Amino acid sequence: MKALLVERLPLRFAAARLASVVAGSGSGIAIGPLRIAEIDPPALPGPLWHHVTPLLSGICGSDLATLDGTSSRYFEDIVTFPFVPGHEIVGVISDGPDSGRRVVVEPVLSCVVRGIEPPCPSCAAGRTGACERIAFGELRPGLQTGYCADTGGGWSEELVAHEAQVHFVPDAMSDEAAVMVEPAACAIHAALAGQVVPGERVVVLGSGTVGLCTLAALRRLTLPSTLLAVAKYRVQRRLAEDLGADGVVAPSEVGRAVRRMTGTLALGSTAGAIDRLAGGADAVFDCVGSARSITEALEVVRPGGRVVLVGMPGTVRVDLAPLWQREVALVGAYAYGTEEVPEGPRRTFALAAELVVQAQLERLVSAYYPLQRYEEAIRHAANAGRRGSVKVVFDLRRENPSWRRAAASATASGRVPRGEKKMETSA
Amino acid sequence: MSPRPGFVLEVDRSTPPTMFWHGEGFRFERLPEGARVVYPPEPHDGLADPDATIRHALEHPLGDSAPLSALLHPGMRLTIAFDDVSLPLPPMRRPDIRQRVIEAVLDAAAAGGVDDVVLIAALALHRRMTDDELRHALGDRVFDAFAPHGLLTQHDAEDPAALVHLGMTAEGEDVEINRRAAESDLLIYVNINLSAMDGGHKSVATGLASYRSLRHHHNVRTLQHSRSLMDRHNSEMHSSNWRMGRLIKDAGVKIFQIETTLNLDMFPSQFAFLQKREWEWSLADRAGFHASRLALERTPPRLARQIFQSIRSPYAVTSVQAGEVEAVHDVTLENLFQQQLVSVEGQSDILTMGLPYLSPYNVNSIMNPILVACLGLGYFFNLYRGRPLVREGGVCIMSHPTPWAFHPVHHPSYIDFFEQVLAETTDLLEIEKRYEQAFATDPWYVHLYRTSNAYHGVHPLYMWYWCAHALEHLGEVIIVGGDRAAVRRMGFKPASTLADALEMAEDVVGRNPTITHLHAPPLLVADVS
Repeated sequence: MKALLVERLPLRFAAARLASVVAGSGSGIAIGPLRIAEIDPPALPGPLWHHVTPLLSGICGSDLATLDGTSSRYFEDIVTFPFVPGHEIVGVISDGPDSGRRVVVEPVLSCVVRGIEPPCPSCAAGRTGACERIAFGELRPGLQTGYCADTGGGWSEELVAHEAQVHFVPDAMSDEAAVMVEPAACAIHAALAGQVVPGERVVVLGSGTVGLCTLAALRRLTLPSTLLAVAKYRVQRRLAEDLGADGVVAPSEVGRAVRRMTGTLALGSTAGAIDRLAGGADAVFDCVGSARSITEALEVVRPGGRVVLVGMPGTVRVDLAPLWQREVALVGAYAYGTEEVPEGPRRTFALAAELVVQAQLERLVSAYYPLQRYEEAIRHAANAGRRGSVKVVFDLRRENPSWRRAAASATASGRVPRGEKKMETSA
Repeated sequence: MSPRPGFVLEVDRSTPPTMFWHGEGFRFERLPEGARVVYPPEPHDGLADPDATIRHALEHPLGDSAPLSALLHPGMRLTIAFDDVSLPLPPMRRPDIRQRVIEAVLDAAAAGGVDDVVLIAALALHRRMTDDELRHALGDRVFDAFAPHGLLTQHDAEDPAALVHLGMTAEGEDVEINRRAAESDLLIYVNINLSAMDGGHKSVATGLASYRSLRHHHNVRTLQHSRSLMDRHNSEMHSSNWRMGRLIKDAGVKIFQIETTLNLDMFPSQFAFLQKREWEWSLADRAGFHASRLALERTPPRLARQIFQSIRSPYAVTSVQAGEVEAVHDVTLENLFQQQLVSVEGQSDILTMGLPYLSPYNVNSIMNPILVACLGLGYFFNLYRGRPLVREGGVCIMSHPTPWAFHPVHHPSYIDFFEQVLAETTDLLEIEKRYEQAFATDPWYVHLYRTSNAYHGVHPLYMWYWCAHALEHLGEVIIVGGDRAAVRRMGFKPASTLADALEMAEDVVGRNPTITHLHAPPLLVADVS
């Protein structure tokens, strides 16, 4: 089958890193560790596994960091090479009794998926994103599908998924909506990790896919008095406004905007410059993950406030003195699992499916590429905002016409269950 | 030869192109045949001996005031307030008229045995003046005598302890002014009446007031009904100030008003062409203009700004009046209109104006987009008596680079206003309702106003309100040669050339429109029949 493959090629990682540093993200794709290859489909690791044929598979910020060679070496022990990237996946089950059914893959490779009994304390508590066994069990190390050599990933014609990973997609939900469920789940988990109290003033730094989804989640799951979004590009500004931001400002205006929103004083000088604030926002969601964005978050959060890291950070150099002196809580928000909401514990993916529908997040999908044009796709994704786009996806529907027909046929015959209940109970 | 009055030229084939101010530069535009150009009068002669005239005015006051020497006695508290850096424009060469007047007043105070004297820069909500600016306005002798002892102060509209609430007018307007000024035995206010808007009761009621007081006349409704700001009897802003001024008087505040007028000799000899009509330019004038224009086009904006901001005007003093506020101001206006008034017959469909580098609020600073709008629509549009130069529903075309640039020290709240508020709405009433309180009370802006050299937080909103009458009157505003994004942010239309702007204007006023060009500065007031 055709797949995009990342191999452990240190020189290529170094070349990609150099290119991205010099010329920007995505610039090193031609000389980096990613290549298109003909490989064997992954074997089913066990009886509870299915083959899944991807329909759409998104390109995430963490994928770009990997391909740019800028992601943290922290991940070295929790991935296995060579791996097929792609963890934002809507696909079709291609074997067994559920063959032809569309599913969204929940990519975390937790204890259940790895056949580990009893599960680790995190998995037992439903916090599968925090699984303590991601390098153990029946699979080789890999924190998610898309980073594990045994499972494959969404940037291919086929992968494998444990039955605990698949969420059936309702008929009414488009492929575009379905592919947004995974990023929406990340956003919901982050929004709730921020523990926003009604009436608080909240800032979302970054208005790429994760930022916009986080904004939508905060607007629908929390009750901030003011929700300020920071967006660089016109399309991002418009979407941020549509998704519920009370105000949208450019990156250069953040300090000034937060100062005005909170009515606080600025520190440092009386020259009118707004570098650091005396007070600030109650919570800042950093959906970028760079040294600059973390620093900025620390500059505009109030003493005792929270900074939630939503975008994947790497090795960054940040002055933590304000975090220490102002007793700011720095909160990580990775992946998903089970969330505590007023009606009780619910799977994040179920909440995400609802959010995607309510906020019409399918509109964020704005560019499609076949696998063969992966270099263009990666460059486009790395410059999505500048090019008026948000989410760039690989479209494998044309590459798998037989599965498309099978899916259509299955739908027509009524074999595909309807309703989002399946999304709730399938995991 | 006596100076010639103002003049209205009708453009014909033989008319040379017209000079337009364009920020720190100029444009040379050929107006369509039939267009009118309104030129200011030539500068009147200055007083032969300004110091003698000042002393005479102090001892021969107008109205029911006693001579200054009779008002001064040992043991009294004397406060001298004076106009701030916003006047005159451009700043005048030394000695500034404030220095001359205040030195004369201090001589009289010394002769009267007065020891307790405090000077107050009447800032209202303007930025604090720097020491250099104070020294320029007051002269070394006054500055060195008062500043080191803390007796040269600047009005602080945000210091509750330094303010006193004198009551409310019959219209429900709070009158809250500087405590030292109000509680002195005598308050002397030293004015520079550059335009008809300045002086009168506005001096104390505005210059020494707090936000609580100013909000009653610096608002959208009042400014929409100030027609014009140069015509105090038809200006609701002035009516409000007059009500407040009379309350201040009734509250027992004794004011000795000194008003001064200047001629229109605004620019030094190297810019002599700015004072002349184009067809009368000499070879040297033409060479000077074109050399300046070409050089400025190649000069970095910061350097060009420095060059222009260093201009000091050779103004001559044309009159000095002292005594009771209203009697003084009536005479001042007579003198001022003698110099500045130009009769103009009827309105036109389009008003064009070239906006210079300077407004009252960017002395030694940057002319940001809000100030461009304010200068054009708030000040120049209001340079009329009777009726505006442009008909209702007409178009105003202004020429200015309108850079998206702000002075971070002087105009911090302008940045927020422009980048955040105007991005959401340009509607005056909505802005007043939704944002005024927040900007007026924001502790950061208050802090900068009190401790730095920043305009008050609410000031950019006031400058936007200043455009209220024009925005209500006009069908369209077009800015030629401006930063397109900045122009659009304010809800105006950008045009690359005057020809483009005139074509755009025809969409609003129809074909073959009548056009009037306001050839200022130097300043004039059009008396439109």
